[in-house]
Amino acid sequence: MSKIKVNDEEQEVNLPLILSGLIRLNNVIQPDMVSVQINGEFINREDFDTTVINDGDEVDFLYFMGGGK
Amino acid sequence: MMDFTSEQIERYSRHILLQDIGVEGQEKINRGKVLVIGAGGLGAPVLLYLAAAGVGTLGIIDGDVVDLSNLQRQVIHSTPDVGKPKVLSAKEKIEQINPDVNVIPYHDFFTAENAFDLIKDYDFIIDGTDNFPVKFLINDACVLAGKPFSHGGILRFDGQTLTYLPGKACYRCVFHGPPPPNAVPTCSQAGVLGAIAGMLGTIQAAEALKFLTGTGELLTDRLLTFDAKKMNFRTVNVKRNSKCPVCGEHPTIHELVEAPQAACELKPRQ
Repeated sequence: MSKIKVNDEEQEVNLPLILSGLIRLNNVIQPDMVSVQINGEFINREDFDTTVINDGDEVDFLYFMGGGK
Repeated sequence: MMDFTSEQIERYSRHILLQDIGVEGQEKINRGKVLVIGAGGLGAPVLLYLAAAGVGTLGIIDGDVVDLSNLQRQVIHSTPDVGKPKVLSAKEKIEQINPDVNVIPYHDFFTAENAFDLIKDYDFIIDGTDNFPVKFLINDACVLAGKPFSHGGILRFDGQTLTYLPGKACYRCVFHGPPPPNAVPTCSQAGVLGAIAGMLGTIQAAEALKFLTGTGELLTDRLLTFDAKKMNFRTVNVKRNSKCPVCGEHPTIHELVEAPQAACELKPRQ
């Protein structure tokens, strides 16, 4: 098992793992709508299937919030 | 140098006492010009606190009228205001709170056509809108015009905010472009806890006052998100995205275009 951080919380995952797999593991409700940063770098949506997760990665899932009125 | 009357010194005494603000900072607030886009859930607390703080000019743009379903969170409006343009209802409250404030109401929607004209006279812009096309429009207008602004979004029990200054990460650096219409629910579809609007709006108001007075560190290159169910706050460091379509190395957005809105969010132009 490898340790990574997702939204500041530690997670143990089995590598190899690609980003889209991590998104599935985290039950992200709308995978097409999430913005992802790994170690402070934004990942293009087109690259979710090819981006490899490494031991110690810090991953941020950021979600749209459109309300205000 | 402004000459405060003894009444003003008393009114603003709790600001003046603050070492980081003082008389000088209060003068900056009284000379400040802030445009609030949307006089609703976020706009209400923003306007109330900026008015109380003595911001010299408060522009308010909103094309809507007060609806009964607004009153659960839009605390600047009251029951007798139902049916009244929000900008007028807000103006009346602000004038009662603080006669020092010059309120400029625009009973209109913020559009690609009027965006630059509206923001040009203001020091700081606040996004208090309820849909993605306008949130991205505000971002693009402010980035292209070099205007600082505060992004704010709320949904259900969650909120997020980021402050933009020229040269720092913008909303599009984080969220490339608006989601397709109806892909992400809005508050009118999914609901929002009323107090969440107050929590986020007061953060935006504090950012505006920090900006006007040059106090502390703004929420730039950081996205603050909170989940009020767990009452968990988190700031995520974000940096300028070289692939950002408006402020990146090869921008594709050079003029303002409005993305389509969700069908149920379309409102008649008044």
